[in-house]
Amino acid sequence: MIANIGFGLLIISLTVSVVAIILAIYGGVTKSAVMVESSRRASLITFPLLSLALIGLIILLITDRFEYVYVYQTSDALMPLYLKIAAVWGGQEGSLLFWCWLLSGFSFATLIKKDKTNSDLIPWVIAVTSFVTLFFLYLVLFFENPFFRFFVDMQGEVIKSLFQPLYTLQATPDQGLGMNPLLRHIGMVVHPPMLYIGFTGFVIPYAYAIAALIEGRIDSEWIKITRKWTLIAWVFLTIGLVLGSRWAYDVLGWGGYWAWDPVETSALMPWLTGTAFLHSNTGQQKRGIFKHWNVSLIILTFCLVILGTFLTRSGMLSSVHAFSESEIAPLFFGFIAIMLIASAVLLGWRWNLLRSDFSTGSFFSRESLYLFNNLIFISIFLICLVGILFPIFSELVTGQQITVGPPFYEKAAGPLFALLLLIMGVVPLSGWSVKSGKSLGRQLWKPFLVSLLLPLVLIISGVRGWFALLGLWVVFLSVCTTLYDYARSIILHSKRLKISPWRSSVRMTLNNRRRYGGYIVHLGVALMGLGIIGIEFFQTQTQALVRQDESIEIAGYTLTYRGLTIEETTDGREVAVADVQVVKDGREIAALHPAREYFYVSDQAVTRPGVRSTLADDLYVVLADWLPVTSEGATFKVYHNPLVKWLWIGTFVLVFGTLLALFPTDARRVKDTSLAKGVE
Amino acid sequence: MFCQNIISRIKVSNRNHMTDQETKKSVKKFKANKFLIGGVVMAAAVILLVVTSLKGSAQYYLTVDELVSGAAGRNTNIRVSGVVIGDSIQYDPYSLTLSFTVANIPADNQEIEAAGGLARVLHEAAVDPDVKRINVVYHGERPDLLKDEAQAILTGSLGEDGVFYADELLLKCPSRYEESVPDQVQP
Repeated sequence: MIANIGFGLLIISLTVSVVAIILAIYGGVTKSAVMVESSRRASLITFPLLSLALIGLIILLITDRFEYVYVYQTSDALMPLYLKIAAVWGGQEGSLLFWCWLLSGFSFATLIKKDKTNSDLIPWVIAVTSFVTLFFLYLVLFFENPFFRFFVDMQGEVIKSLFQPLYTLQATPDQGLGMNPLLRHIGMVVHPPMLYIGFTGFVIPYAYAIAALIEGRIDSEWIKITRKWTLIAWVFLTIGLVLGSRWAYDVLGWGGYWAWDPVETSALMPWLTGTAFLHSNTGQQKRGIFKHWNVSLIILTFCLVILGTFLTRSGMLSSVHAFSESEIAPLFFGFIAIMLIASAVLLGWRWNLLRSDFSTGSFFSRESLYLFNNLIFISIFLICLVGILFPIFSELVTGQQITVGPPFYEKAAGPLFALLLLIMGVVPLSGWSVKSGKSLGRQLWKPFLVSLLLPLVLIISGVRGWFALLGLWVVFLSVCTTLYDYARSIILHSKRLKISPWRSSVRMTLNNRRRYGGYIVHLGVALMGLGIIGIEFFQTQTQALVRQDESIEIAGYTLTYRGLTIEETTDGREVAVADVQVVKDGREIAALHPAREYFYVSDQAVTRPGVRSTLADDLYVVLADWLPVTSEGATFKVYHNPLVKWLWIGTFVLVFGTLLALFPTDARRVKDTSLAKGVE
Repeated sequence: MFCQNIISRIKVSNRNHMTDQETKKSVKKFKANKFLIGGVVMAAAVILLVVTSLKGSAQYYLTVDELVSGAAGRNTNIRVSGVVIGDSIQYDPYSLTLSFTVANIPADNQEIEAAGGLARVLHEAAVDPDVKRINVVYHGERPDLLKDEAQAILTGSLGEDGVFYADELLLKCPSRYEESVPDQVQP
């Protein structure tokens, strides 16, 4: 019953999307406000409809209706409630429905308030968002339907079907297969929705860019309107990527967080172009430059979003993420081709309109630095693209599939990331349209000298490795310059308004949320860089089989194996937990409990590392194996990961900064803002 | 000295009989060139970076069949995909040495689809004694997903003893979560 209603709702949503597209295009061409308004309402209704369909699927999942194929494949009766709900995005069908729902949610949020000043853009925005929704709904309805059930025919063959075929009986398995045990982690429960919100959110700036192209609007209105949505999409995409890394760190038990797995890389690609877009659109808003570039970037980003969704969902690439290959591959390729070609044709048609005077002045002006920043982001993106496509191309050319592993990405993209950090450090001190590097040099020398202290101290204290030192220095330089610029502004501001520096800092930050939100995001990125350098350059590891009360030594820690307990849980797991005592400088500082869980239903083991995490380092212990008589010994793999916690802390800082930048500026404070601008 | 300087300056300014417009244009041209050169230098640097990084990390993707028949040559960086034979898995917890056997499966996705999907191909390859097999040795933890009929993607090199020494294991169990039908259903 629920499924039939759900299916009916999907059919209605599909029809409504088609209607919305037709009305919107008609309204857009004839400039008929009535038609546009009708299409707006049609588009708005998709979100409630899809919400109901999604709720239907959730009800099926939490009530353990295993006669439904999707419920059978992704859930089981023993799973806790939150995992049953998370099963919505645990499989192909559900996640595509979830995608549609998010997409309609974003267009709902954009269109709910009538925008009278840009009414010419609205019909095209509706047409684009509805078209994308339509494509995904089409996939859900005709290829990946989550509402299929099991039936058995007279021969005892099991049939999957939406409606009961003739001469069959409904079949109900008494237990589902359950969610893959590896995915039963809070990071993995939250990671897909975050990533999907990030992915789908880019539809709004994309739709507005297309609308602006169609209408031939050369102003930057589309960027201003969609800034909020771009930031939201970007921050969710960032959170999604980091959560995925965190999950890998916590669950996969190999002591790392990022493997340059093709699917990870394909999710990183829209982030790279999206981040480039976030920067270059500032150039257009402040200086009216990069107009072609911005449109191209958002088109590229959205196509990469679709490509990323497709690659995760299709099994085209060999990866831990892959689901089995399905027939939707050609459809996805077709869809991406349509989006790309149509967008490119539009862009070509409006190319001359978008011409802008690019007078960058010096290499060291802010315009140039934005340009470099963008070129580097694009270079890293191209490196990722080369890495992903290399197996396919090499097979075409040589008949031999050649893949590239993480070393390729690290070697090729690593130096560019360092360069990005360097530019990030310099940018706050640069000026728009300056003619030479002199003014930048005048501003930079103080924080530059201070920043040199860090590598000096590190070298004296015995840290070696030029690349690591260089990386740490660049991180520290960007922290120094950002703080320097901030402190300098505060001092000026407080002197001018004759208030205390403390009050001044709060007021100035709140009044320039965009600028200082950006600063905080940059600090967050620098901290993340610190964490990444820590684990990439200074990770050490060891492994050993130890008897009870024997020890392993690593990086000044002594780990002693105290025993192992094996227990059966009520939800179908066998859990082996080791007791490991950690001693440093003769003091016991922690007891770690690395574990290994075995899931009977899915016949799969899952490693749960024991981690002691501090600001300085992580001690990461994996229980690899044990002897039948557990006191005789157990095997551990131990990793020492310096500074990695800063990766997670930096993410929090980044999210905070983005939220600050997102908050609309209060109109009452405008007077004060203008004062602060004087300071800038 | 000072005078000379001024004189030479005057000379220079005399030599340039450009109008304001021309100067502007040439400045603009110079600027455009400057950025063009900058862009070219950067593109070259990136290409160089990609090429040098590719050299060190290219891995040849082979099937077990190709590996056994000597297609690997002297390549030390090979990626091979096969199906794990469950009975062959041995783990020595003292040295953390894992050894198992993988059997050949086709590398081409379309071929796999035509043969009835990955799960089926894996199953058939694992039970068929005529399919080419190769022994694999790996040092490290025993991966959670290593079990009978899992697809293993191994990275490493072929030893002279005909054993594949893997540096990295990637395992997939496709059958369990997709394309699966319950064994027993209750009408």
